[in-house]
Amino acid sequence: MTTIASILLDGIAYGMILFMISVGLSVTMGLMRVVNLAHGGFAMLGGAFTHWAMVNAGLPFPVAALGGIAAVVILSVPMERVLYRPIYKMGELPQVLATIGMTFLMIAAVNLWLGSSLLAIKLPALMQGSVNLGFRTLPTQRLYVLGAGLLVIGGLFLLIERTRFGINLRAAVDNPATAACLGIDTGRVFATTFALGAGLAALGGILGAELLPIDAYYPLRYMVLFLTVVAVGGLGSITGSFAAAILLGILDTAARYLVPDAGTIFFYLAMILILGIRPKGLLGRH
Amino acid sequence: MTKTTRHVAFAAGIGLALTATAGNADVIKVGVVAPFSGPFAVYGQEFRGAIDTWVAQHGKMAGSHEVQFIFKDSGGPNPAAAKSATQELLIRDGVKYLAGYVFTPNALAAAPLASKAHVPTVIWNAATSIITTKSPEFIRTSFTLPQAAMPMADWAIAHGIKSVVIAVSDYGPGIDADKAFAKEFTAKGGTILDEIRMPVNTTDFSPFMQRIKSKAPNALFSFIPAGPPAFSFVKSYSDYGLKAAGIKFLGTGDLVDETELQGIGDAGIGVITAHHYSVAHDSAANKAFLAAFQKAAPNVTPNFAAVGAYDGMRVLYKMIEAGGTDGAKALKSVIGTSWESPRGPVTIDPRTRSLTQNMYIREVVKGADGKLENKEIDTIKDVPDLGLVSK
Repeated sequence: MTTIASILLDGIAYGMILFMISVGLSVTMGLMRVVNLAHGGFAMLGGAFTHWAMVNAGLPFPVAALGGIAAVVILSVPMERVLYRPIYKMGELPQVLATIGMTFLMIAAVNLWLGSSLLAIKLPALMQGSVNLGFRTLPTQRLYVLGAGLLVIGGLFLLIERTRFGINLRAAVDNPATAACLGIDTGRVFATTFALGAGLAALGGILGAELLPIDAYYPLRYMVLFLTVVAVGGLGSITGSFAAAILLGILDTAARYLVPDAGTIFFYLAMILILGIRPKGLLGRH
Repeated sequence: MTKTTRHVAFAAGIGLALTATAGNADVIKVGVVAPFSGPFAVYGQEFRGAIDTWVAQHGKMAGSHEVQFIFKDSGGPNPAAAKSATQELLIRDGVKYLAGYVFTPNALAAAPLASKAHVPTVIWNAATSIITTKSPEFIRTSFTLPQAAMPMADWAIAHGIKSVVIAVSDYGPGIDADKAFAKEFTAKGGTILDEIRMPVNTTDFSPFMQRIKSKAPNALFSFIPAGPPAFSFVKSYSDYGLKAAGIKFLGTGDLVDETELQGIGDAGIGVITAHHYSVAHDSAANKAFLAAFQKAAPNVTPNFAAVGAYDGMRVLYKMIEAGGTDGAKALKSVIGTSWESPRGPVTIDPRTRSLTQNMYIREVVKGADGKLENKEIDTIKDVPDLGLVSK
């Protein structure tokens, strides 16, 4: 009984971290349909800026984290203008090649700037330590991730389904020409959405850093993880990514509790099975 | 004498002079195979730093031979890449010595090549015991996991630890560490409550921490290779309340490697590890090494890999000095020799061709400068590679 409760608890906590680190990709790749392999790069940059601001500028965590996210958002705007805009219309393979190239650029830049060792982000006292849940303890940081994850999914749902901006975005993605004819500034919609995706990537990178620590090779190390969550969830569906992240988190955690010797095989078996039965993912629309 | 003949004579003279110099100082090439790019590039940086440090101190000449280094990137644990890099060095570049090799599979892949080409090879890092048995050309200047794990077990028994849960990364070195610790610990009367083999690339350790905590051992013993998983593991140990529950954390030094120690932060305080080198080792040789390293590679934090390479450089220079291009003579000249390394006194054990060296039990503490360090709290003298021979 305690084991089941533990599996669920740790699974959801892990799943929430998976969701947080991949939600940005679910926005850029899922909604905008750019195969954005540089997603992890934005997450890493967010973490790197935060680390730098805390260590070199001595800023407290909340300021540094917000600054890190802001820096990534600001950086993403010219990147979208110059680098991403030409590749929206390309096929999938050129998009893969172009964005993996950007990933290498980001890795090399951070490597040169901060070196290749771990870029630790020290949490404030409030988020450190653990809380006693009666039958066991849970690191306090996980509760914050849980809260942030719920806020993000709620916020995105409202933004995309309930606001004028969401309607414009969906229209611009489905048929850019018609949307433009109707007076929607598609360029601006894309730029805003891209910046949102990059900002969410940075947030995920920072909040997930306790489990997936930031270093220069972060984007490559965890690329498969991000892509799996988005693919299993289904392109174009934020809710799908959420469901996939929680499901995979619980499955992977259960496997580690019950059959640790099997390694990460269950994670990938689940991916194969789900995509075999539903090639478009759990809640894929396209 | 006409003008032309004078010129010819002059040119011939110069030519003669040149051949004479070249004859005095032939160039001997050393191939270094290590990760210089990718997630493990930090090892390549440590190696380069150590080479630069050694060359800055001792110059380019080993005896009458000029030493030239050729670097080949092997990436991460990738035997195929290590093999082709080694092959290229031997055949195309004509190296007379090989060095480097961070990962066990990479070193194993080079063994048949080194044997066939009769090229002495100095393993600077890879730490599974069997490596040196795979080629008579291999000498190792790092350590082996049993060499660290067994003294750790002895120390645990001597300090009242009676029950342990072992949790290691599920691959060669992890299994080596697991077996060595378990054997020694149970032989001395300790109890192993559980043995957990964890997937190599896991970073979420919550399930394992719960499992360890539920067994309520006196201590946890672990090996995880340096890198992100080691970082998360040490953090989880404190986050999941094992530290608060009084379960001691024992391990090999990879867990609290100096390049990552500051990042781990206060969660690491109290972690006890056995290893062959701590940057905080208090000796004149170590201070001199650290100062020279700081000058040669100011952007790299030295760690055990740098010392492995630095001692490896010494072995290479001694071999080249004594043997030149004669590999067999070179090997003979260094096996069995001893010297004072930055880590302490070491000897190349003729039985294993690995180092016999002191093992230090270290505890992570906050140093005088407010930074974390691996403070040596106990020394076990002259430990051979316990994976192959007993004391």
